[in-house]
Amino acid sequence: MTAAWKKPLAISLQLAVHLGALLPLLWLFVAINQGRLGGDPVKELIHYLGMGAIRLLLLTLLISPLAKSLHFGQLNRLRRPLGLWCFAWATLHFSAWLVLELGLDWSLIGEEIVKRTYILLGFSAWLILLLLAITSLPVLLRKMGRNWKKLHGLLYVVAGLVCWHFWWSVKSGWIEPAIYAAIAVLLLLWRRHALLRWLKSF
Amino acid sequence: MLIKKPAPSDLSEAQTTSESAYVSRRSVIKGLAASGVLATAGVGEKAMGLDLFGRKDEPKQAPRKPLKFTPQQPVPDLVLTPEEKVGNYNNFYEFGTGKTDPAKNSQGLRTEPWTLQVDGEVEKPATVDVWQLMNEIGLEERIYRMRCVEAWSMVIPWVGFELGKFLKRFQPTSRAKFVAFETLYDPEQMPGQRNRFIGGGVDYPYVEGLRMDEAMHPLTILSVGLYGKTLPPQNGAPIRLVVPWKYGFKGIKSIVKIKLVEEMPPTSWNKMLPQEYGFYANVNPEVDHPRWSQASERFIGEGGLFAVKRQPTLPFNGYAEEVASLYRNMDLRKFY
Repeated sequence: MTAAWKKPLAISLQLAVHLGALLPLLWLFVAINQGRLGGDPVKELIHYLGMGAIRLLLLTLLISPLAKSLHFGQLNRLRRPLGLWCFAWATLHFSAWLVLELGLDWSLIGEEIVKRTYILLGFSAWLILLLLAITSLPVLLRKMGRNWKKLHGLLYVVAGLVCWHFWWSVKSGWIEPAIYAAIAVLLLLWRRHALLRWLKSF
Repeated sequence: MLIKKPAPSDLSEAQTTSESAYVSRRSVIKGLAASGVLATAGVGEKAMGLDLFGRKDEPKQAPRKPLKFTPQQPVPDLVLTPEEKVGNYNNFYEFGTGKTDPAKNSQGLRTEPWTLQVDGEVEKPATVDVWQLMNEIGLEERIYRMRCVEAWSMVIPWVGFELGKFLKRFQPTSRAKFVAFETLYDPEQMPGQRNRFIGGGVDYPYVEGLRMDEAMHPLTILSVGLYGKTLPPQNGAPIRLVVPWKYGFKGIKSIVKIKLVEEMPPTSWNKMLPQEYGFYANVNPEVDHPRWSQASERFIGEGGLFAVKRQPTLPFNGYAEEVASLYRNMDLRKFY
């Protein structure tokens, strides 16, 4: 690949990320209105949003090692939009559960978060994502310097929490969460040097 | 003197989405598709013309026959779940684990002819033609609460008959202590039985069981219909169990075998996850499922996505007066 190709390709990929993350949400809106998710779309909706968030998370983790092995540094531009879209989907997933499943019954919500381990796992992952999303502002990136890298290494923790959350949330059929967990493990192994460096930075 | 009262079933029909409204909504969508950019030959035939994801056309709805039945008197003071939701939000893993999968994948199920084998600890074992049975046995309407172990609930106007009265025909022996039920095993017709990924890892055929006194209780019915018509396949056509004070997974669908037995029979969810699902599975707000609270439930009623109705769950799903005595000396935390 010649260098001249790389920039426009990176920009097109960036556009593709935005469209790829946005269009399914529009489809979701249409599908619900058409009754495509059934007469009572609450569970399907929560599941769909959660699956989208986990896929975006894995894509985010894919970028750096891929950029490195392809010698395609500009790919790293995709990390920020992917990470932020992951946060957006996770937020929608969490909000759908709060509003549609539990009807914003705060005492029940509090009790469920504390008592149900898989919800606590998902909630913790969301809190970390929130922190990462806030600190993704370029101003903060500059201000935080080395600490920014330390903080954003928490995405590895999110990957673990989310796979565990998925595993425990399904009623039966471990195959699907196992596939996602396996992909996460492979991605983390691929970037094991970065992972170890992050661990040693503390 | 004859005073004509409106049949309660008429009243319940009025509370639901009428079939004509449902059909006309579908034709609006068809029209949109036909007028849209994607309008090419054949697209108008699709229920969903604007399908960018290459999903197949929605299958035709399996035909449902009107049933003759005695309306429930008095009508319980319950708000019905619309028929469209009862038929589009199902757990029937033989047709996929998603809530809408059963409605999508089960419409081709061959329910005619259908025989039900009753044997085991009975004097007169027999194989019953279910369609003949529907005509000959007196059917009645039962408007029941339905509480799923996943903490959602519905109110469904079933049509069926008491299991106890039916079982007496076969003359249970004194050794009959439990009743074991079995769903059809037909991987050719049921994709979930062919493929573990689709079927959620359940060990098929699906089996369920009741203690004899539970089976003989007048609230326990075998249902052959809902909303006045034969069951849609996704709800367990042509014949299924309904035990209103137990979690929904006890209500085994598309039954082909009933066996009276001496020992407690295995039940599918209990076999798979014994620490989460017990044999009894009585609705109990006091005993949480390990991964979620059972104290309240999301009622699926009228209205759209934002019409959320969270309500407290009742002991024995509101049937405690009738059934609590069956479990008098039992620790319901242990026998969940």
